[in-house]
Amino acid sequence: MDAARLLPVFGLFLLLLPMLWEPVPDMGRRTARDAIYLFAVWAGLIVVARLLASGLMAADRGGVPPASAEDEDG
Amino acid sequence: MIPFNILVLVCVAYVILLFGVAFLAEKRAAGRGLRWLRSPLVYTLSLSIYCTAWTFYGAVGYAARSGLEFLTIYLGPTLVFVGWWWVLRKLVRIGKTQRITSIADLISSRYGKSTLLGVVVTLISVFAATPYIALQLQSVTLSFGAFASATAAGGAVPDRAATALWVAVGLAVFTIAFGTRNIDANERHHGVVTAIAVEAVVKLLALLAVGIFVVWGLAAGPSDILARMDASRIAEWELRPGRWAGLIFLSAAAVLCLPRMFQVMVVENVDERHLATASWAFPLYLFLMSLFVVPIAVVGLDLMPAGANPDLFVLTLPLSSGQGGLAMLAFLGGFSSATSMVIVASIALATMVSNHVVMPLWLWLRPAQAVSGDVRRVVLVSRRLSIAGVVALGYAYFRLSGGSAALAAIGLISFVGAAQILPAMLGGLFWRGATKVGAVAGLLIGAAVWAYALYLPSFGPDAVMSARVMAVGPWGIGWLRPQALFGVEGMDPLIHAMFWSLALNASVFCLGSILTFPNPVERVQGAAFVNVFEDGVGQGGWLRGAAEAEDLLILSQRIMGDEGALGFFEAEARAQGKLGFLPDASPGFVDALERRLSGSVGAATAHAMISQSVGGAAVSVEDLMAVANETAQIMEYSARLETQSDELTRTARQLREANDKLTQLSVQKDAFLSQISHELRTPMTSIRAFSEILMDDAMPADLRQKHARIIQDEAIRLTRLLDDLLDLSVLENGTVQLDLGMASLQDMIDRALVAAGSTRPERSFAVQRDPASEGLFVLTDADRLTQVFINLISNARKYCMAEAPELRIAVRQRGGRVTVDVIDNGRGIPAASQALIFEKFARLTDHARAGGAGLGLSICREVMTNLGGTVTYLPGQGGAAFRVTFPLRLRDAA
Repeated sequence: MDAARLLPVFGLFLLLLPMLWEPVPDMGRRTARDAIYLFAVWAGLIVVARLLASGLMAADRGGVPPASAEDEDG
Repeated sequence: MIPFNILVLVCVAYVILLFGVAFLAEKRAAGRGLRWLRSPLVYTLSLSIYCTAWTFYGAVGYAARSGLEFLTIYLGPTLVFVGWWWVLRKLVRIGKTQRITSIADLISSRYGKSTLLGVVVTLISVFAATPYIALQLQSVTLSFGAFASATAAGGAVPDRAATALWVAVGLAVFTIAFGTRNIDANERHHGVVTAIAVEAVVKLLALLAVGIFVVWGLAAGPSDILARMDASRIAEWELRPGRWAGLIFLSAAAVLCLPRMFQVMVVENVDERHLATASWAFPLYLFLMSLFVVPIAVVGLDLMPAGANPDLFVLTLPLSSGQGGLAMLAFLGGFSSATSMVIVASIALATMVSNHVVMPLWLWLRPAQAVSGDVRRVVLVSRRLSIAGVVALGYAYFRLSGGSAALAAIGLISFVGAAQILPAMLGGLFWRGATKVGAVAGLLIGAAVWAYALYLPSFGPDAVMSARVMAVGPWGIGWLRPQALFGVEGMDPLIHAMFWSLALNASVFCLGSILTFPNPVERVQGAAFVNVFEDGVGQGGWLRGAAEAEDLLILSQRIMGDEGALGFFEAEARAQGKLGFLPDASPGFVDALERRLSGSVGAATAHAMISQSVGGAAVSVEDLMAVANETAQIMEYSARLETQSDELTRTARQLREANDKLTQLSVQKDAFLSQISHELRTPMTSIRAFSEILMDDAMPADLRQKHARIIQDEAIRLTRLLDDLLDLSVLENGTVQLDLGMASLQDMIDRALVAAGSTRPERSFAVQRDPASEGLFVLTDADRLTQVFINLISNARKYCMAEAPELRIAVRQRGGRVTVDVIDNGRGIPAASQALIFEKFARLTDHARAGGAGLGLSICREVMTNLGGTVTYLPGQGGAAFRVTFPLRLRDAA
């Protein structure tokens, strides 16, 4: 649960990181490198979220009754 | 190449297909045979209305103009969904428990079911959505135009305005047909959601297909794309930190606050667990949608002529390379993006307008109709008109703004407007102290700044706001320039507007909340929202069941329809164990009914309608009094408990004191015994010793005489001691026989002075007396009283060490009591010892000099007690002073 809470904070940090990168003069590959980095972070976030989601759902079912049960009648 | 009229035909066919899908889903939903309709997949796909035509066409244009910055629009929502455990989960749970129908309903419901807030949020949302809807119309129009210019033949191409009008009308019709079939938003628009899911698949496939064609068809694979990227002008892009962070934040706020996102995310959510799937699947969808944006932009910039609109590369690249089928697919993808957004946004906005603007107005204009009119029809008609109105507004904006601005810029204006709701929303979810006044003030100021700094200028110079105002500020006031507020210059206009509107909004919201006090309904709702995950949080509650069940049935029939209302009432009656259709109007039932109705007409309206039936506000003063009474009872009970426990404590203390006293007495008794043995032993020892000496026959006669005297003296002392002890024990037991009679006090004192004269006869005392005051006749035991005087006087003789000893005897009679003070001029008794002197064997000086056993004052005290009086030490008289008090006439019975 704490991991699920921390994930967006961690993600935000990684996504804001390019702001600190110095533009490298006379180096053509900067934009392509940025793009690859951002998409990699993005993919990483999706994978971790996927792992966490299944874990959270399992925990939810095991602990308190699932939230939807009480709402189905309403 | 595809002729234009075939394009129109394909469009119409596609729309008919969507109609069919929606219709089928609706039918299946009614028949409850829709397992897959309720799957997390459909939920995730329906969320994709975030990706509108803006994404489909605009992202490529955005990338061509500003490089990787377009990613921020998708990274923000990714963070929100990846962090669903923070906010989204709470939003969905609240949406379900409170039967929230829209974002305006959420805010209004949180802040005490306030109608005013509902209106404010609705207006902000409508104005914010207008440019967005215009954006969709514009993109569809542009794509039609692109096709038309590519194919000169095949019928006349209508002008842009006409195209946009036709598209708008078509969308309005579709939305009205499927969006307003049932009025309970919580029964969810299965048909619409399913159609949107289909459209989501179409647009994803279309974009992926174009992307793959571009990467492997036009370019030579990924590495070629990367090389072209660095060669193109995208490589010149520079990351501006302010815009980068600001836009990530803005898109994250927008995904929470956009009415259409709220609609699919919260209102249309069937199962909270779908959110867990969407937490990774929706970011994945965004990821795939963005993956080919840069390649398409790069290749487009490379291959297309210099003046080509980059917003249309998705369409024009396949067209120019002769891929008619692919272009058609791309066109349908864009068409899907635009239509799904307009449909959901207009449904969401129409629900808000009808529930928060039309219904309260209608109830206010005709209060009588609330009880008799057909509300159902009013709601439906107002909702249909609202849909038409919202689409019409979008069309008007499209015409006004000239349809010229870049797609991305228009979308961002809309985002900033929607984000104004964020402070009130997050504050309401996590801060119980947030109040209605704060929320209203924050929203108003935020919206005002947004309109002034971003919305109105977006119409272009001199359209609404004159160019002069833009340049130098209104009335020439420089720090009020719309794009340089408070002298902040050089900032990007969008970030500038976002910064100032949200900063002022949030500060005013916090300040207002701190300075004002929430009303009772607000407090209850605040607790229910903030603590939604804790069980047992009570609802506002209708404490009194004053409403007749029948009135409520009539009321709800007009909103839920005859069948729905009867079914609900019957089920409730059965739950209460009653037959028929009329349950008791218990608070619980009225509560459930209100929540049910709020699913149709919004919390504030439902609350107002029930209030009219039940009479009075939900939490009236009387209700509060009832609560207060209950509290008072509890407090009284606990006060009583406290009294009892106090009493117990007191009793325990008394017992402890008694115990202490007993222990003390026992110690005293032991001390007394050891003392008495000592006192008896001393004379006995000397008697024994001298009698042994006497047994020696060779003792001279005078010596024998002397020893015999000592023995006699000691024996006398012993006898006196035993007499005293006997006396004391008799006196203490109260078994003493008093010999009552009239006696002159003067005589008694005379006798006492004479008798006491034998004590230390060598000292002469000056005695001061007042014979006049002594002339009293007292009914008492004269011998005993005299004995007390003798004791006191001889004590004075014994212990007064003054050079010229003096004794003063003062008599006073007051009421029925006589006091006799015996005062000498000695050193007196130290304060610490004054309490001790009346104890047995208490001797302050050494034994030899006193020559007594130390029982004198004890005996005095006991005698006086028996005579119904007291003897006390009088401090502060210049010497030792004792006061004897006794009644003038002692009654025998006493």
